[in-house]
Amino acid sequence: MKKLQKSNLQSVSGSALPYIVVVAAFFIVTLLQKSGNLEQHMQGMLVPVCCYIVMALSLNLTVGIMGELSIGHAGFMSLGAFSGVVASQSLIDAVPNTALRLALSIACGACVAAVGGFLIGLPVLRLRGDYLAIVTLAFGEIIRDIITCLIVGHDKNGLHILFNFRGTKTVADLELVEGGLPIIKGAQGAIGTTKISSFGAGVILILIALFIILNFIKSRTGRAVIAIRDNRIAAESVGVEVMKNKMIAFVISTTLAGAAGALYGLNYTSLAADKFDFNKSILVLVFVVLGGLGNMLGSIISATVLTLLPEVLRGFDQYRMLIYAIVLILVMLATNSPKMKALLQKLLQDVKTLLFKAVPKRKSEGEV
Amino acid sequence: MKVFEKGKMVPVPSTSIIPERDLGKPPVLECVHLGIEFGGLKAVDDFNLTVGKTEIAGLIGPNGAGKTTVFNLLTKVYTPTHGTIMLDGHDTTGKSTVQISKMGIARTFQNIRLFNNMTVEENVRVGLHNRIKYSTAEGIFRLPRFWTHEKEFHERAMELLSIFDMQDMANIKAGNLPYGAQRRLEIVRALATNPKLLLLDEPAAGMNPNETAELMENIVKIRDSFKIAVLLIEHDMKLVMGICEGICVLNFGRIIAKGTAEEIQNNPEVIKAYLGNNSMEE
Repeated sequence: MKKLQKSNLQSVSGSALPYIVVVAAFFIVTLLQKSGNLEQHMQGMLVPVCCYIVMALSLNLTVGIMGELSIGHAGFMSLGAFSGVVASQSLIDAVPNTALRLALSIACGACVAAVGGFLIGLPVLRLRGDYLAIVTLAFGEIIRDIITCLIVGHDKNGLHILFNFRGTKTVADLELVEGGLPIIKGAQGAIGTTKISSFGAGVILILIALFIILNFIKSRTGRAVIAIRDNRIAAESVGVEVMKNKMIAFVISTTLAGAAGALYGLNYTSLAADKFDFNKSILVLVFVVLGGLGNMLGSIISATVLTLLPEVLRGFDQYRMLIYAIVLILVMLATNSPKMKALLQKLLQDVKTLLFKAVPKRKSEGEV
Repeated sequence: MKVFEKGKMVPVPSTSIIPERDLGKPPVLECVHLGIEFGGLKAVDDFNLTVGKTEIAGLIGPNGAGKTTVFNLLTKVYTPTHGTIMLDGHDTTGKSTVQISKMGIARTFQNIRLFNNMTVEENVRVGLHNRIKYSTAEGIFRLPRFWTHEKEFHERAMELLSIFDMQDMANIKAGNLPYGAQRRLEIVRALATNPKLLLLDEPAAGMNPNETAELMENIVKIRDSFKIAVLLIEHDMKLVMGICEGICVLNFGRIIAKGTAEEIQNNPEVIKAYLGNNSMEE
C-alpha cells in the first residue's frame, strides 16, 4: 500500500507538480513582496535561492539520473558566472534593455559552461565512481585557479583578455582606451558589475531547467542514460553508446550550471572566483542528496530550505552553523533510516490522537 | 598473438552441425580457433563453432567450463586473444560491444541484468534504442518527430511483449517482476535489437518444469517467427536435448564433443566430463 502511494506521488512529481510548486511559490513571494511583508535580507536571498535551485537540478541530472558523482560542479557555475558578467558588462552600451541583456548574458554563460563541460567530460566521463568524483573535484579547482589569473576589460576596440599566471600583471596592462571598463581583476574577481539579475528571471530559469531535465528524462537519450546507470553492461549489450549518451547528459547539466552561474554573478556588484570553491560544490551536492537522487521536486525544496536556513537561524548568532549542521544531520537521518521514519510516523500518530482526543469536534475536519 | 590474418583463414577443423535446411545458406556465426587467456590461464581455447542461419544450438558443459566466457567473447565484453569471430560473413575483430549489438548479436545474462528502476515497457524501449531514432533536442523540445517516434516505440514494445503475453505488465517496474518474468523480459529486450543471433545464458534457470516447457515452445516460436539463430547455454538437459539441433560440449575451456542430441548423449568423453572417471571404470 505504501509503495503504491509512493509510486503515485513519484508519477505526479514526474509530470506537472514541480512546475506548479515553482509557479505557486513565485506568486506567494511576489504577493509578500508587494504587501511589504518580506524582510529586507530575505529579499536579497531570492535570486541566490533561484540559482541554487537550478544548480541542484543540474547536479541532480549528473548524480541522480546519470549516477556519476561529480563534485566540481561549482567550477561550471563559476565559468557561467564570469562569462555572464563579461558578456553583460561588454554589452552595457550595445544592449541597454536589462532584461534582454540578462537573457543574452545567461545564454553566454550557459554556452561557455557547455563548452567547458564537453572538454572536461571527454576525459572525465571515461572514468567511473570514485575516480570520476576525484577528477571532477580537481577540474573544479583548476577552473577556479584559471579564473583567478584572468584580467579582462572591455573598451570600444572590443574585449581585452590577459592571463596573469606570474601575478605580475595588473589592469593597467590591458591598455584600455579611454572609456574602457575593467571587468575581471584577477584575484579580486569581477568588480563593479551592474546588478541586473531579478527574481522573475530566476523563476523563469528554474522553469526552463525543469522543462529541459524532465523532458530529457522521458526521451530516448534520457532513457539510454538511465539504462546505463542501472546496468551498464546490459545497456551496452543492446547497443546503447555509453560515452555519447553520458556526454549529452553531462553537457546539459553543465549548461544549466553555467546559466545558474550567470544569474548568480549578475546579482552581485563584486564576485571573486574563491566563491566557487570545493565547499560550494559540496553544498549543492548536499541539496541533491537531501532532496533525493533523481527527485527534481526534492532538489527544489531542499535547495530552498537549506539556502534560507542559515538566514532563519540568524537569531542563534554564533551557534548558527552548529544548528545548521545538526538540522542537516537530523534531516538526513530522518529521510534515510527506516527506524527513524517509523519513529517519526509513530510520533505523528501520537500527536494526532492526542489532538483528536483533546478536541473531538475537529476529528471529522481532520479526516477530510 | 593473433593466429590469423584476414584472408589467410585456415579451414574450420571440425564437423559442422548445421541443420539441413540451413546448409545452402552462409552460417550466421563462425568461430575459428577462438580463445582467451587470463594471465596464462586458457579460459577458452581453440573454440570452433559454426551456427546455421536459423539453427537452435546448445552450449553445455560442467560448471566453470567457460560457457559464459564464450558468450562474453562473442559480444566483446572480453577481447579474444586468439582467433576470429565471423558474424554473417563479417569479421568482428576490433569491434566493441555496442557495435556487435548493431551487427546483430543480442544476449541475455546468467545473472539477470535488467534496468530495475525502469518499467517493463521502458526496458524494451531501451532495446529499441538503435531501431527508432530521434535527436536529443527533438526529445527535449517535444518536436513532432518525438511524438510520432514515441508512439512507434510504444507500439513496437507492446508487440514484442506480446510474444510472452506480458502486455499487462508493461507499467510494472522491472525489478519488481517475478523471477520467471524477468528472464522473459530479458529475452524480449534482446529481441528488440533486431538480432540475427540470439544468445541465451541459462534461460531456464530457476524455472519450474511447466515454465521450462513453455519456454521451450517459445524459443522455437521466436526462431520461426523472427527467422534468427539461437545459441543457448543451459543445464536443463530436457530443454537442451528437446530443442537444440546441434550441441557443443565444453570442458575446461575446450570443446570435447559436437553433434546432435543423440550423439552427445552416447559420447564417452561427455559422460566422463559430467560424471567423472569413476563411472567409466566400473
